[in-house]
Amino acid sequence: MSGFIAGLCVAILPLLAAGFWLGRRTVRSQNMGGLGTPVEHATFETLHTASLAAPPLRAGLTEETARKSARRLRSLLGTDALCLTDQKDVLVWDGVGGHHRTEIMELLAGPLESGRGEAFPLTCDTPDCPVRWAVVAPLTVDDRVHGALVACAPRESAVLVRAAGEVARWVSVQLELADLDQSRTRLIEAEIKALRAQISPHFIFNSLAVIASFVRTDPERARELLLEFADFTRYSFRRHGDFTTLADELHAIDHYLALVRARFGDRLSVTLQIAPEVLPVALPFLCLQPLVENAVKHGLEGRSALPGKSHISITAQDAGAEALVVIEDDGAGMDPALLRRILAGEVSPSGGIGLSNVDDRLRQVYGDAYGLVIETAPGAGMKITARLPKYQPGVHSAGRLTRE
Amino acid sequence: MNSSYAVPAVALVVLATVLVGAFGLRISRTTSDFYVASRTVGPRLNAAAISGEYLSAASFLGIAGLVLVQGPDMLWYPVGYTAGYLVLLLFVAAPLRRSGAYTLPDFAEARLSSHAVRRLAGAFVVGTGWLYLLPQLQGAGLTLTVLTGAPDELGGLIVAVVVVAIVAAGGMRSITFVQAFQYWLKLTALLVPALFLILAWQGDGAPSRPFDEPSTFREQSAVRVDDTLDLKLDRPLTVTVKGTVDGRAHEDQKVRLPVGTHHIEAGTRLTFDKGAPVPDPDRGSSGSLSPSQAENRGERPLYATYGLILATFLGTMGLPHVVVRFYTSPHGVAARRTTVAVLGLIGAFYLLPPVYGALGRLYAPELSLSGDADAAVLLLPERMIGGLGGDLLGALVAGGAFAAFLSTASGLTMAVAGVLTQDVLPSRGVRHFRLGTVLAMAVPLAASALVGGLPVADAVGLAFAVSASSFCPLLVLGIWWRRLTPPGAAAGMLVGGGSALLAVAATMAGFPGSGALHALLAWPALWSVPLGFLTMILVSLATPGRVPAGTAAILARFHLPEELRAEVKA
Repeated sequence: MSGFIAGLCVAILPLLAAGFWLGRRTVRSQNMGGLGTPVEHATFETLHTASLAAPPLRAGLTEETARKSARRLRSLLGTDALCLTDQKDVLVWDGVGGHHRTEIMELLAGPLESGRGEAFPLTCDTPDCPVRWAVVAPLTVDDRVHGALVACAPRESAVLVRAAGEVARWVSVQLELADLDQSRTRLIEAEIKALRAQISPHFIFNSLAVIASFVRTDPERARELLLEFADFTRYSFRRHGDFTTLADELHAIDHYLALVRARFGDRLSVTLQIAPEVLPVALPFLCLQPLVENAVKHGLEGRSALPGKSHISITAQDAGAEALVVIEDDGAGMDPALLRRILAGEVSPSGGIGLSNVDDRLRQVYGDAYGLVIETAPGAGMKITARLPKYQPGVHSAGRLTRE
Repeated sequence: MNSSYAVPAVALVVLATVLVGAFGLRISRTTSDFYVASRTVGPRLNAAAISGEYLSAASFLGIAGLVLVQGPDMLWYPVGYTAGYLVLLLFVAAPLRRSGAYTLPDFAEARLSSHAVRRLAGAFVVGTGWLYLLPQLQGAGLTLTVLTGAPDELGGLIVAVVVVAIVAAGGMRSITFVQAFQYWLKLTALLVPALFLILAWQGDGAPSRPFDEPSTFREQSAVRVDDTLDLKLDRPLTVTVKGTVDGRAHEDQKVRLPVGTHHIEAGTRLTFDKGAPVPDPDRGSSGSLSPSQAENRGERPLYATYGLILATFLGTMGLPHVVVRFYTSPHGVAARRTTVAVLGLIGAFYLLPPVYGALGRLYAPELSLSGDADAAVLLLPERMIGGLGGDLLGALVAGGAFAAFLSTASGLTMAVAGVLTQDVLPSRGVRHFRLGTVLAMAVPLAASALVGGLPVADAVGLAFAVSASSFCPLLVLGIWWRRLTPPGAAAGMLVGGGSALLAVAATMAGFPGSGALHALLAWPALWSVPLGFLTMILVSLATPGRVPAGTAAILARFHLPEELRAEVKA
């Protein structure tokens, strides 16, 4: 039944959308006609045209965005031809007189250098060519000239010079906004890079100390541990790609646990339950190992007084379009209020990059719905659940091609 | 049929499925087996899982029934079902894996970075999945009816409840082992009885000529006609009738029927003499499980055969439950190896159903009259061997048949529920996945109750046709053509898949009963697949400005081996 309703909805949806669009169109044109004086009406019209030209330009000045906005800009200026250029080429020529392209680029050399607007007469062999004058207004972002807006007209006109200047300034503002957008994207990328986990220095010191303690008594064991250490550090220091596969991450955890076991011996036992179909899932690099490190720390801290064993279980299951990773320890646990403050970044936890870093990165990559879910209470151990979507646009494990 | 062994066998299969699903995780407690536990799925295991998921009721029961009724022409079915993987291997397997997509909508988004196309692909996944689930539920109903005489809907209901319970409760924590187990179970359930049947056939003096036209009764046998049917006779037939023929009631009388069509009421009992030819039933609406429209093939066999070939060859790559399994392969090369192994496993399996069909023609020809041709696989062991042995073998086959329903239905339900959760229902989460599971199963269950009397079993072939006309163009052009645009992909899927879907709907509603139009609608693949391709290409060429920005990089990722990519980057 619900399927039938769903089908009905699917069938009706396009109709509704079409009706909505039609209604919007008719209502708008009536309002525009009836509202205000003719002067106000003209202002509205102008603002509306300007707002339509803005969105393409927000993506920066390229051939495609120039093409999309040129027609609107020309209707804003009311000229016969309008052309947008970057520093080398004509990006788009809207209107008549396209044969002036090369001539315009030659004339532009000066204005592009100086950054000041000018008006030129054009030479033309075509007898009835309507384009005789060109008004050039440079497009500047942060005092650097990115290109020029050229408006062509049959005769010289001071009004056109003024209008072209204003429109060029407005376009420049849009381009500055595009620049800001780009810096914001770069900032986010840098943030992700900065968040990229590093292994804690304590871990390196402790591991080396443990290996040193075996060098005399059990050289073979020391050698094995040294190799484990080499494998783990190679994995965590590798530079290519921000993502890895669950299988690789689990291998790194294996190396890590081998070193931890050497230090704590029987006091730590680990159970691993893996559904093999989730092993190819791509995930941010080193985002489970810190959780295991956290579990080891908490698990052993809780037992420091008594000689009992600490137990950690790592489970990775298949859950439809997601993989479900659960890391559980039976250690000291934590006050949920304190944990909340740690995750909010208000207090820094004692040592280790810890949970908040992993939580931040998961949210950055997969969205806020995919943060860590942590169940804990003092003395009750801790259970951390991470949901990893099997597919996320832009997330590919290692060997990823660089983005241009 | 004796149900005292079959019912426990079915229960055992269900129980084993639940247990393997719930405890199928690899567990390690010591350091040494940690490495083994976190090893990815090898090609052979994954291939068994794909085969287990793929071999549905139509393969297990339907093909034998078809061969029984219509003879060796029907061997195109197993060929088509297998050859689909050859096309998949050549054009799709490795690039699809390298795209990193889990479902078909994921692929559409990865290739075209368009949310609209993603939504559309999701809608077609749901449509294909529902079409494919329908015959699974009906097949389960038929099997249970044959085994125990239970009402028709009960079997479907049982499969639906079991699948929803397992999937929604998160019981399939590791579906790979379940499906691989199901494949070997299905193979065993057909292979072991087949060996005994062949021995029995040898012991019988190995009578050949199973495909003589028409097949004849080897001994005097009585047939009870369950559904009213019309018999077409090419020559006069002498038969003992108890019931109503051509409107006249008979009571154990020998009747000589002249050449022509005879109307036989349901419940009539016909006793044929030894050596009598098996007459050709002409059924308006059969409840058969066979994935064909038998009555229609007779009119345009060539068109129907090509329609079938195109649908099965190109439709396999778009089956939602098959596609998700390729994600389990660690890389593109493994995906190719997996497909090769699948070809071997499925090819081996498909040798068996025709054996049952041929033996059925020899030993149970009357099944084509009583409307239970699809039960041939279930009934043959009892018929040919009999006794305790026959019952046990019959129970094995019944268990295998239920494994077929369970594995395909659970795979499809998970695929459809995944798409419903991700792209249709408002927000994400475990609870929504459960809701999606219930919805994914409820719709085909309701549909199977509603359209119970119609030849909905043809939906397997029809699901293949829809998938071939919508996803095949998307996958093939998406992987091999750099000028594909989002509007082109959307238009191609809508026109190709949409027209196939409409044709399917018209056929299911029984719209034009016969004639050329009916043939066109019943086998849409032959025109809808080229239509889909053409629309996709033309609309893409008409919108050259909409080619996604990163197309070159995306295609490079699809086609370059993974190791090479790592080097490029390093």
